Amino acid sequence: MGMTMTQKILAAHAGLDKVQAGELIKAKLDLVLGNDVTTPVAIKEFNKIGVDKVFDANKIAIVPDHFTPNKDIKSAEQCKYVREFVQEKEIVNYFEIGQMGIEHVLIPEKGLVVAGDVVIGADSHTCTYGALGAFSTGIGSTDMAAGMATGEAWFKVPEAIKFELKGSLKPWVSGKDIILHIIGMIGVDGALYQSMEFTGEGVSALSMDARFTITNMAIEAGAKNGIFEVDDKTIAYMKEHSQKPYTEYKADEDAVYTKTFEINLDDIKPTVAFPHLPDNTRTIDNVGEVKIDQVVIGSCTNGRMEDLRVAAKVLRGKKIHPYVRTIIFPGSQKVYLQAMEEGLFKDFVEAGAVVSTPTCGPCLGGHMGILAKGERAVATTNRNFVGRMGHPESEVYLASPAVAAASAVAGKIVSPEEVM
Amino acid sequence: MMQAQGKVIKYGDNVDTDVIIPARYLNTSDPQELAKYCMEDLDKTFIDRVNSGDIMVAGRNFGCGSSREHAPIAIKAAGISCVIAKTFARIFYRNAINIGLPILECPEAAADIKEGDEVKVDFDTGEIINITQNKVYKSTPFPQFMQELISANGLIEYIRKQLGINN
Ligand code: SF4
Repeated sequence: MGMTMTQKILAAHAGLDKVQAGELIKAKLDLVLGNDVTTPVAIKEFNKIGVDKVFDANKIAIVPDHFTPNKDIKSAEQCKYVREFVQEKEIVNYFEIGQMGIEHVLIPEKGLVVAGDVVIGADSHTCTYGALGAFSTGIGSTDMAAGMATGEAWFKVPEAIKFELKGSLKPWVSGKDIILHIIGMIGVDGALYQSMEFTGEGVSALSMDARFTITNMAIEAGAKNGIFEVDDKTIAYMKEHSQKPYTEYKADEDAVYTKTFEINLDDIKPTVAFPHLPDNTRTIDNVGEVKIDQVVIGSCTNGRMEDLRVAAKVLRGKKIHPYVRTIIFPGSQKVYLQAMEEGLFKDFVEAGAVVSTPTCGPCLGGHMGILAKGERAVATTNRNFVGRMGHPESEVYLASPAVAAASAVAGKIVSPEEVM
Repeated sequence: MMQAQGKVIKYGDNVDTDVIIPARYLNTSDPQELAKYCMEDLDKTFIDRVNSGDIMVAGRNFGCGSSREHAPIAIKAAGISCVIAKTFARIFYRNAINIGLPILECPEAAADIKEGDEVKVDFDTGEIINITQNKVYKSTPFPQFMQELISANGLIEYIRKQLGINN
């Protein structure tokens, strides 16, 4: 019986020739990640262990991105606590305000993850790095503490679902629409405890930014990780961003999958997830009349260059609807600078949008765009749970940057074709 | 022998971490502080009616969403002694075990138990006894490694043992 991509990576990091689904293993870690919300809890747990040093000061990354630049005194205290730990333990990969970004945009950009790595992060969207052919998964603060102390984590070897991509995307359709389509199809627990492995000739048509968007939302289907097969685009991305050696893993011919789905990219339409679950999806032609109060473009799902370029293309030369607030938050300082140099900010500001510093801010209802009771937002983020962006009676509709930008102009949810 | 007994507070499917503890309260990690807001966006009455030892019962995919350990911490600090669900989201599952909040997957019990039932759980045998309805359900026992984690009282103690630290 062969192994999946994920199983091969886990086996290699557990020092085993072979692993099987369901087996409990201990794997060596290439990177342990935390943010300003989860790291304080991890530090408290780390201190209980009673070791002086972290296992490797180069293999820990800490990114204060959730409530930063700090929104209040309590969040400032949390960041200070983290900063003191970072200095004391001489942690190399700490990204202060001014260098930071949203962790899952920043970490690949900084070259800290490459194909074949095993990464844990005390943030559920750590699954994003599977786009690079790594095994990467979200864990909690106690696991982060244990990882920082020992350089290891325990895992149950997952089963996997295979997604074979075919064809190529129609205009205005993006990685976000692919993953919303898939989650709508399999449900928010459709891949519970499993890997989502993306393969097939359709992969080559997808940009790296699109792949990051897809693996980012693997957790929204309950998956342990999402992973793409490595190809020329992955290798080019890694060469551009990292010095680290990488290892390419392909699934065995006889690898066992619990299910295989063939996804024909040509058939995918712009897709919107209605409140209050990411699997409550409708294609754009079935949305009906949904008036909106706010549009949020950015986040670890859609805060990369390709996303901002599409949004700018839609907004260029147009005016945002007078009753809609539009907030754009680039994923990192690098994205911010490039968007500025490409003149995208001019398009945004002239259309009537604000551009925020990179932060998680509105995505989790933290700051920079909280919704009032009864308000509706279209967001390019990844979760539309009750109260996610503010008041428990507000609503979040998840969509691609193209649909979000078009909706900002129309004042209701529409397809980009309607405003172009 | 590890046991829990209490009245049941019951919820549905896909109870996510954003309703267990909304992000607006994540600027602290103090368990007692977090407990005050536990379940607030789903059930404002929860924190007033929960009693120490009560058991939470829910449907599928309990704890889906973010990796915030604040979620099991808040539930534990609110006094809940055990969560029984049809299935758990995987990060929540890990976190609960790592911090020592007992959780059990048992679709039959999760479907059958009603709000307000008096329920007793035996973690050694995986037996769930519904005292009110006079029924017994059997949940899958934890694999060996997880039992070790639980009996060590969570991951941190387990690692201390492994590293031979006993100060
Ligand atoms: S942008 Fe949103 S989903 Fe992404 S890490 Fe930040 S809070 Fe989490």
